[in-house]
Amino acid sequence: MLLAIGIGIAAALLAPALYRGLREWAGWALAFVPLCLFVYFATFLPVVAEGEAVRQVTPWVPSFGVDLSFYLDGLSLLFALLITGLGTLIVVYAGGYLKGDAHLGRFYLSLLLFMSAMLGLVLADNLIALFVFWELTSFSSYLLIGYKHEDETVRQSALQALLVTGMGGLALLAGFVLLSIAGGGTFELSELRAQSDVIRAHGLYLPLFALIVLGCFTKSAQVPFHFWLPNAMAAPTPVSAYLHSATMVKAGIYLLARFDGMLGGTTAWVWTLSVAGALTMLLGAVLALRHTDLKKVLAYSTITALGTLTLLIGLSFEASIKAAIVFLIVHSFYKGALFLVAGSVDYETGTRDVLRLGGLRRVMPVTATAAGLAGLSMAGLPPLFGFVGKELAYKAKLGFDGADLVLPTVAVVANALTVAAAGIVVLRPFFGALRETPRTAREAPLSMLLGPLGLAGMGLLFGLLPTLLPRTLVGSAVTATLGNPIEIELTLWYGLNLALLLSVVTAGAGVLTYLRWDAVRGALARMDPLWRRGPERGYAVALRGLLRLAEGQTRLLQNGSLRAYLRWLVALAVVLPGVALWMHADALFAGVTTAWAEVLPHEWVLAVLIVGGSITVVRARSRLLAVAALGVVGFSVALLFIHLGAPDLAMTQFLVETLIVVIVLLVLWRLPAMARDARDRGAQRVANGVLAVGAGAVVTALALAVLAVPFDPYVSTFFAEESVASAYGRNIVNVILVDFRALDTLGEITVLAVAALGAYVLVHVGALPELPRVRPQSVILRTATRFMIALLLLASLFLLWRGHNEPGGGFIGGLIGAGAFALYAIAFGLRAMQQVLRVSPRVLLGVGLALALVSGLFALAAGEVFLTGQWITVPLGGAAAPLKLGTPLLFDIGVYLVVIGFTLTILRALEQAPPPSAAPVASSAS
Amino acid sequence: MTWLLILPVLIPLAAAVASMLLRRAPRAQRVLNVAGTGALLVVASLLLAGVWQQGPQALQVGGWTAPFGITLVADLLGAVMVLITAVVGLAVAVYGLGSIDATRERFYYHPLYQLLLMGVCGAFLTGDLFNLYVWFEVLLIASFVLLVLGNDRAQVRGAVTYVIINLVASLCFLAGVGLLYGLTGTLNMADLSLRLAEVDAPGLVTAIAMLFVIAFGVKAAVFPLFFWLPASYHTPPIAVAAVFAGLLTKVGVYAFLRVFTLLFHHDVGVTHTLLLVVAGLTMVTGVLGAAAQQDVRKILSFHIISQIGYMIMGLALFTPLALVGAIFYIVHHIIVKANLFLVAGVAERIVGSFDLKHLGGLYKAHPWLAILFIIPAFSLAGFPPLSGFWAKLILIKAGLDVGAYVIVGVALVVGLLTLFSMTKIWNGAFWTPLAEGLALRPARRRGVMLMVGPVTVLAVLTLVIGLWAEPFFQFATEAAATLLDRTEYIEAVLGPGAMAATPPAP
Repeated sequence: MLLAIGIGIAAALLAPALYRGLREWAGWALAFVPLCLFVYFATFLPVVAEGEAVRQVTPWVPSFGVDLSFYLDGLSLLFALLITGLGTLIVVYAGGYLKGDAHLGRFYLSLLLFMSAMLGLVLADNLIALFVFWELTSFSSYLLIGYKHEDETVRQSALQALLVTGMGGLALLAGFVLLSIAGGGTFELSELRAQSDVIRAHGLYLPLFALIVLGCFTKSAQVPFHFWLPNAMAAPTPVSAYLHSATMVKAGIYLLARFDGMLGGTTAWVWTLSVAGALTMLLGAVLALRHTDLKKVLAYSTITALGTLTLLIGLSFEASIKAAIVFLIVHSFYKGALFLVAGSVDYETGTRDVLRLGGLRRVMPVTATAAGLAGLSMAGLPPLFGFVGKELAYKAKLGFDGADLVLPTVAVVANALTVAAAGIVVLRPFFGALRETPRTAREAPLSMLLGPLGLAGMGLLFGLLPTLLPRTLVGSAVTATLGNPIEIELTLWYGLNLALLLSVVTAGAGVLTYLRWDAVRGALARMDPLWRRGPERGYAVALRGLLRLAEGQTRLLQNGSLRAYLRWLVALAVVLPGVALWMHADALFAGVTTAWAEVLPHEWVLAVLIVGGSITVVRARSRLLAVAALGVVGFSVALLFIHLGAPDLAMTQFLVETLIVVIVLLVLWRLPAMARDARDRGAQRVANGVLAVGAGAVVTALALAVLAVPFDPYVSTFFAEESVASAYGRNIVNVILVDFRALDTLGEITVLAVAALGAYVLVHVGALPELPRVRPQSVILRTATRFMIALLLLASLFLLWRGHNEPGGGFIGGLIGAGAFALYAIAFGLRAMQQVLRVSPRVLLGVGLALALVSGLFALAAGEVFLTGQWITVPLGGAAAPLKLGTPLLFDIGVYLVVIGFTLTILRALEQAPPPSAAPVASSAS
Repeated sequence: MTWLLILPVLIPLAAAVASMLLRRAPRAQRVLNVAGTGALLVVASLLLAGVWQQGPQALQVGGWTAPFGITLVADLLGAVMVLITAVVGLAVAVYGLGSIDATRERFYYHPLYQLLLMGVCGAFLTGDLFNLYVWFEVLLIASFVLLVLGNDRAQVRGAVTYVIINLVASLCFLAGVGLLYGLTGTLNMADLSLRLAEVDAPGLVTAIAMLFVIAFGVKAAVFPLFFWLPASYHTPPIAVAAVFAGLLTKVGVYAFLRVFTLLFHHDVGVTHTLLLVVAGLTMVTGVLGAAAQQDVRKILSFHIISQIGYMIMGLALFTPLALVGAIFYIVHHIIVKANLFLVAGVAERIVGSFDLKHLGGLYKAHPWLAILFIIPAFSLAGFPPLSGFWAKLILIKAGLDVGAYVIVGVALVVGLLTLFSMTKIWNGAFWTPLAEGLALRPARRRGVMLMVGPVTVLAVLTLVIGLWAEPFFQFATEAAATLLDRTEYIEAVLGPGAMAATPPAP
């Protein structure tokens, strides 16, 4: 069976190519595929008629319990034969109907894809596989409805169908998963069926029932989800005949029938299905009379039929299931035929409006014959198969105890209106006087006659010889649905009984309604405002509400204000850890003492400087003051580092602060004066203050709580012990940077290099004007600089060299070296500095990174891990201890070069930066 | 085979340095870019194969044993993330050959691209919390410069928001790392995992965990910390946007997965419940944000956010199956999301716009492009049998298994809204006829072909994951088991018996 579906999909994929080669013969050629599949499935008839089921399993995702398992019993077989049989006729018909259409190849692709998916749906035994095929039918339906996609309403209709059935699909999926949970974890229907009693008694029964039914109702266009089906008539007519009357919309019915044995029979089941079914029946029957478009009339009468089927399955007893199965076949025949007839009429005359049609039987006799037969079957008149179906339905409804009068009344009304609808689609266009139409009608071509005639003929055949079906198909389908063997006798004549009487009443009332159709239609048209408030409006409102909600939310959240974003961010950073701390405050802060006396006086001074500096930064009205205050904070922190015994950190911090001043000054003179006070005002300012204080409080609380926990310094002890012994360096900080955690440093110098490139890129991409260079013409500075630069460079190299053992290293040395060049640049200009440097500072970045990388690679040559230090010992002679030279030094040189390259790249970029007016940076972003 | 672990960092670095020094030879840089990502793909495949056969692998960089040096670790999750990075990296590198302009190439596009990949790979492989911070910085700065590269006003605006928000997040991260070090005296994540279990300070670890929620939350762009993403992702060239969309937020999700399985799993009632709420709100706000947009890139950007919610949902549910779902989701999503951006780029190349009001006529003229769009788009919406369907199905099953009905309901509805968004693009760009006066540009040019090639490969991958999901599911199952069990990971880093050697918490 997997092969059958595979063949269908393969044919679909080949269809466009085939169409390019065969053109109008492609339809006939492609029809062989469903025809062969039909024959293939027909060979299962004898086996299935015996009550046997065929199960085939191909593993798919077995670890998740999902397999491509197929289960062919009477119900599946009935659907499979309908799908392939109708499919054959439709493919042939479409070849005529869409003859010469440029995209017919794509049409065949979607159509055959649908057919394969539909086959998979009715054959699948695994719920997830079934769902996959279920969604694939929705998808192919979307493509087919949207076939004439250049039209806006067509696109809307396609989307509506997809969304409504898609919503149901998701409910169905959730329902399936719940079903599998309730049924012990399997996704196999055949295994779940054995758990029926457990499932019906399970606490999840109601939710899973509701979800599955929701899925079925959307797919099978039950009230209140019916509205997508008439709109789906935007599809080419063969699609309407195939998907939207005979097969896809019956997928929900199929599933209900499939689940009848497992979930059916409960109060929830009977009431939900029968009420929804009855409402759908009535609504469809009434609205069918409102329209004059042939396809719309047929669409609403399809809704009636779908309601009837839901109702019959909902009643969930032997006679009703029997009636449902028979009516399903009946309906597929006559509705398929009538849709195709409508297509032929449209094709030949150029209109589908019944008011503009008449007397076509004279010019289209064969089509008219088909129409007549199908119409009789639709009206449920003997000797057509429709009569058999309707009789059974009446018997079932009369046989159901619980709602004695309601059911038969609803059924008679709906059926009488259906009789009238049959009159509208058959009598009006084909009888009476021939009318003027946009195109002059002729008989349809052969390809478009086979379908209607074949389907209508079936209705006649099975009506005259109803015994042809039962033993094999209907019986086994009913048996499969109910789960126990059933004997079925079908006949045209059951004798004089109540059901027959109802049929007579129905026919009479139907004829009367038909004769008064114009008045009825007028009355219904006056009620249009009512229909416009129906569920379809709910769909539109939901869609519009969604958009409005979306816009509102985006305006609220994504409002473009960077400051608002930052407030959110900081607020969360205060609240989340703050609440967690607050909950356990007693335990966490029990050990925290407030020994203010232990704080030394100079610590107080530093604290005041840091806090005061921060406040000044925030309150400053000029940039210069803010920069200066920030500098105070930075230098105070550096002093704190010294106080805490971390000279390397302090040196780095001092140097960074100094360079920042240089850089910021270079930036500042290019910025326009602060035009206005850009700080937040009022409530926002208060909020900022609260958040700032809160953030400080939370961080302090976190630090105190952490400090209250005893610290185990085993890692730092290791560093202290191994620094000299294994890494040959006395300066632990530097050894950490270039050896213990050199990978971090490699990452960080990469960050520096990229940041420098960023500054360069920001300035240079896009042709900016060269600027006049302003520089101090100070002789003293120049003279001093010549002297200083040599000294500073020597100092930087010295710090680099000694860094492994004494305070210093690549970072610090690099910063001083950069300072030397910066000074030179300030005194003599960048061009002069460039001449001293000889290479672009960006080359230094590359070379520095390369050195750091290569220094790590030496270890690989020695068969060790990347960045493992490789050492050579250079004897210095005499009493001096031998000199240890290693790759960490090379690494540090790399760091040194990157730091110099970084600083100089940025300085150069700044000097070439655009004048204030062209500065592109904005403080807020969308 | 442990030596392989360093290569995903070294290969991009070497390629980047070489490209920087070969600035005047764009042709050589192109070769280096593609060769570098190609080599990365080979290494990542070998690495994944090795981890699959031999379990988690650790490399003690510099030869210093854990927890004293920096350890690189590859478990299944880390290895697959590197592999998927290489796949997308190579695809976008090739795509970039056809779409990145000469100016950007001259201004270090190629080395920046490689350094971005270096940061991403480093983050996936490191076993050290501070080192993770370093890789975050590398990829932040590389992505920032890629974002401003080109220097038009919109780019700089977006990039400023991007970098400032992310720097504040880095600050939270750094504070969290410092506090954890103060608490335990170690930075090695395996070691931290053992030592945090012994910390006797109720609520303190949870409070510190909150700092990581914020730091990673910004990176992963979850509600309400995603502002920077829609502000910036639509501004750079589409190749850059694609690699951002595919990879950057997923580094945040990866960090969530790693840290909230390895370190913060003692107070699941608080941390993971918070994550579940965040997940739901992220899905909803993201998908609603998308509904309000007209620019394809903005629609896709908001969907990144919404999809992140699903991955966080997997972590938050914290069952084996839920983690399987999260891992499956990440792998699927990276391919699909990058590809959607790439397809949008092809469409823009042909029509000349990203705006749905101007796009149109593509289905009629280029059915192949329609197929290349439909595959990732419907996969994103979770349509069967594409890769996204399985990802969602696993999460839904995991949620329903533990009775988390609300989040499952949200996940399903958001799936429908995602479908709505995708059909909006489909409608606007493919079905709607081209506006009058506009003409499609020819598609059969060398540049366009270089763009379509990678798109096709990624679409085929999406199909393969969807149609042949079994091995991927099994893989994700194994990966999730390693995450939850922790033993294998910790013993790979600290040596056999490390788990047993620690005394039980008092």
